[in-house]
Amino acid sequence: MTSDKLIQVKNLKKHYNKGTIKALDDVSIDIHSGEVIVVIGPSGSGKSTFLRSLNLMEQPTDGQIIFDGVDITKKKAPGPDGKLKKVNIDLHRQKMGMVFQHFNLFPHKTILQNMILAPMKVKGISKDAATNKAMELLRRVGLEDRHSAYPIQLSGGQKQRVAIVRALAMEPEVMLFDEPTSALDPEMVGEVLAVMKELAKEGMTMVVVTHEMGFAREVGSRVVFMDEGKILEQGTPEEIFTSPKHPRLKDFLSKVL
Amino acid sequence: MSNFISGEGFEKTFRFGRMILEGTGVTVLLALFTVIIGFILGILLAIMRMSDVRPLRFLGQDRQGRPRNNRLLVAISRFNPLSVIATTYVEVIRSTPVLVQIMIIYHGIFSYLIDLPSITILGFIRLNRFVPGVVALGINSGAYLCEIIRSGIQSIDGGQTEAARSLGLNKTQTMYSIILPQAIKNILPAIANEFVVIIKESSITYTIGVQELMSVVNDVRGSFFIIMEPLLVATVIYFCLCFPTSKLIAYFERRMSRGDKR
Repeated sequence: MTSDKLIQVKNLKKHYNKGTIKALDDVSIDIHSGEVIVVIGPSGSGKSTFLRSLNLMEQPTDGQIIFDGVDITKKKAPGPDGKLKKVNIDLHRQKMGMVFQHFNLFPHKTILQNMILAPMKVKGISKDAATNKAMELLRRVGLEDRHSAYPIQLSGGQKQRVAIVRALAMEPEVMLFDEPTSALDPEMVGEVLAVMKELAKEGMTMVVVTHEMGFAREVGSRVVFMDEGKILEQGTPEEIFTSPKHPRLKDFLSKVL
Repeated sequence: MSNFISGEGFEKTFRFGRMILEGTGVTVLLALFTVIIGFILGILLAIMRMSDVRPLRFLGQDRQGRPRNNRLLVAISRFNPLSVIATTYVEVIRSTPVLVQIMIIYHGIFSYLIDLPSITILGFIRLNRFVPGVVALGINSGAYLCEIIRSGIQSIDGGQTEAARSLGLNKTQTMYSIILPQAIKNILPAIANEFVVIIKESSITYTIGVQELMSVVNDVRGSFFIIMEPLLVATVIYFCLCFPTSKLIAYFERRMSRGDKR
């Protein structure tokens, strides 16, 4: 693990109803390259809001998110050369892959079309090159023979595996997972987690919001516990699961383990 | 006037055969131009209604860019002139009869404000009647198509936009590659219905002297004092126009729904 900070989150706040509801209440965290950060916590604790703020799917009320040295929450920010430049969020999102609870594959496109769309449209890669890359990724998750199927013809687990490699086709620097197994039938959870484990082993930086404590313990390099919009405790899986300190975490773990 | 419907009546009606053909041609052209105007207008209005143009946005924020607590200022800052114009347009058009709209366009706009030359195109399209008819019908169907298009776009799950944006597609790319193809598929039945309505509704333009199918029926009636025979002929022609149109769109609908079936 390198110590270089890929994403710095500083005093992130997300308020609704003029501040009466605080989905995120002053969250700060540094995410380093190669880390697998697993965010756990009860529902409504702000963990999804936190994850979705990282690529500005959710516009934070206040605070900073510094990704690759640029504060992406600002309209204009100094670039690496120190000059003030307009922040193009689309450019930064290319480097942050995201996987959703409900897969969000494009139903009117085949699996292959789903995968080559963004590389071709956004990165301007040729169709042949994008197709080769997509087929290679599909082979890795064992779905190369389904490339011409439509999403509805796939099982939930297959859809989520496609969604993961669709994000990987953009060659992101970090992958964000928003409860990737919560909408799956129990017997399909394993195949998706296996792909994620594989990805973690290859050194991909990952931020994973999940209820899969087994995954958090086994794959996570750091586990973050959130409640009421705050990070209450963080540490190695060992620290979090065997010697939790915060009473809310102890209470939470006693219910889910 | 002895028989309700007689062969002789049909024979008389078909003496107007050429005019009936021309009238059918005018009906088709009316519908075609109306659809084009209506569709362009509908897309424009839908974009306006869904736009996020707020010129007074700054009123809702303080110097640090945080939301203010003053309710009046926040309400004013939400004011979107494009959306207000489009919404007003749609509601006015939908809440008034098409006959009144046609009369206002023809007698108001095109008699006083715009003076069209009395040219006849192809020997049977009188420009100074046809254009007001097309404009009035187009203005009318634009309002309905706006609502159809808007509901189609808004019916697409927000997750689709999120997935596309998370891959780095910008707003326009997301709209054209992801949202519109799905939205158009969803609204195709409603659009087909609107097309058929336009073909049928175009008959009302005979009230401002557009020589389409219904006005030919009236001509036959005036010449021979028969009504049922020309009406039946018109009925058959309208059916032959509308039925294939809806079937054709149903065919495209099936073709586009490939992704829906297992």
